[in-house]
Amino acid sequence: MRGIELAALSKTQKLRLEKVLEELESLSSKVNSDASVIIADSIAVNHEDAVLKGHGTADLNGEVVATLCGIVERVNKLIYVRGLRSRYKPEVGDIVIWRVVEVVQKRWKLEINYSQDAILMLSSMNMPDGVQRRRTAMDELNMRGIFEEKDVVCAEVRGFQHDGLHLQARSQKYGKLKGGQLLTVPPYLVKRQKQHFHHLEEYGFDLILGCNGFIWVGEHIEAKDDMVEDQVNQSEPQVLLPNRNAGNLEEQEKNYTTLETRKYICRAANAVRVLSTLGFNITLEIIKGIIELSLSLNIDIHEMLGSEFCVVVAEKEAERRKSSKRKR
Amino acid sequence: MEYVSPEGLRLDGRRPMEMRQIRAEIGAVSKADGSAVFEMGNTKVIAAVYGPRQVQNKSQQMNDQALVRCEYSMANFSTGDRMRKPKGDRRSTEISLVIRQTMEASILTHLMPHSQIDIFVQVLQADGGTRSACINAATLALADAGIPMRDLVTSCSAGYLNSTPLLDLNYVEDSAGGADVTLGILPKLDKVTLLQMDSKLPIDILENVMQLAIEGCKAVANYIREILLENTKQLEFRRGV
Repeated sequence: MRGIELAALSKTQKLRLEKVLEELESLSSKVNSDASVIIADSIAVNHEDAVLKGHGTADLNGEVVATLCGIVERVNKLIYVRGLRSRYKPEVGDIVIWRVVEVVQKRWKLEINYSQDAILMLSSMNMPDGVQRRRTAMDELNMRGIFEEKDVVCAEVRGFQHDGLHLQARSQKYGKLKGGQLLTVPPYLVKRQKQHFHHLEEYGFDLILGCNGFIWVGEHIEAKDDMVEDQVNQSEPQVLLPNRNAGNLEEQEKNYTTLETRKYICRAANAVRVLSTLGFNITLEIIKGIIELSLSLNIDIHEMLGSEFCVVVAEKEAERRKSSKRKR
Repeated sequence: MEYVSPEGLRLDGRRPMEMRQIRAEIGAVSKADGSAVFEMGNTKVIAAVYGPRQVQNKSQQMNDQALVRCEYSMANFSTGDRMRKPKGDRRSTEISLVIRQTMEASILTHLMPHSQIDIFVQVLQADGGTRSACINAATLALADAGIPMRDLVTSCSAGYLNSTPLLDLNYVEDSAGGADVTLGILPKLDKVTLLQMDSKLPIDILENVMQLAIEGCKAVANYIREILLENTKQLEFRRGV
């Protein structure tokens, strides 16, 4: 079984976990009992209707055959297989978090858990001074001042161009992420939603659920409004060279994260880790629920990764799904 | 030496047409995109798949298909006598090549241009039939990594000793000097993708031995399908709506 070290569980914990998993199975099996297919399974189709073969399917002697392990989805005539565990498949407008792997001419190359590295052009991002203008050779030389190799950055998928996947970061909410933790989970666990940036005020940290399975939990940064920024800067249009050596004491003082916040960040990070080992969907509500659960049970941060808490979370999740089912 | 007793039993107590016990587990390497452990009796193999990912060596990049790479290695502790083998000896390069070609034939590489797929297989315990076990493990790992494939590839070996066709040879039978046929098939398409044999066999006997190996491959395929289906269901219902 993936993720969960069954050997680490005691006998009673094992039994409880098995019971929960059975419960979850019974909850979902009513919806789609035979929708799961594996490679080379033939998919039953009504041949009288025209059929459109989508992703994850192939034609074999007039039969529709799956080429992936996953769930069969049918939309009108279209039949496709939604694969589960696989690398991230970008869609335009997705919020992704990535790591810079290379700084080259006018662009950054980024690892986003996709089959190719993505590209962020210098021209498709806001300058740190917020001024809208042509990018000069000077800006090109100062690219390392904005993002360096190994920096963690957040951006939006812009689309495919001839030379690969392009990203953009045209808002203050995008940019380099500092003072937090980066977590990697399987991308299928993160669902596309209206909102991927979350600010949990009660705990004082930001949570960014990247569609590519990278999740950022970090100290809250006040996003500045673009428009205001523009007006302020128009009066003094000189280029502010980003000074990397500014890590003096004053700067450090400003960037200091309180112990309280740091503890909450760790709590949230561990919540995500537990969810990903259990293979549960990761959303804001569920993460919040787990943080609250851990606080109410008085569980230490490090104990959140223990087997006992894992079982408790699974039980809680089963309960939650059952109640949400009843409501529907 | 007598490899099949008058009662019709082999050295390890199996019947001539009997396979060893097989066991498979998906998700053995947490950092890999897909991984699996495959056991055939005492032979134990671990496979990990990384990718599709950015091509590391730019000159190898292909604009119409994915690059498939494979690396086979044997752990030092895998054999009876502990031997420090140099990496990249002839045997392992040959097996790497065999596995790569077999898997590449089944992967739909044209769907993932500009990328590469790395398959790493390592033998943890060697007891004959490592080639077959590696191919089976690699199939599982690729399926787990969500890489589109034409069909599963399954493999099994068969041999001919004491004028009896034997299925799934173990190490003792393998090193007996008789013929050893390793066969890989695509079970759904009913096609052979791999056929290797050392030493010679009369053609009519080869047919029998091959038929036996095909039966073995199909048995492996059924087991692999079960494991994959169970895994897919687990992932889906755990994720919830």
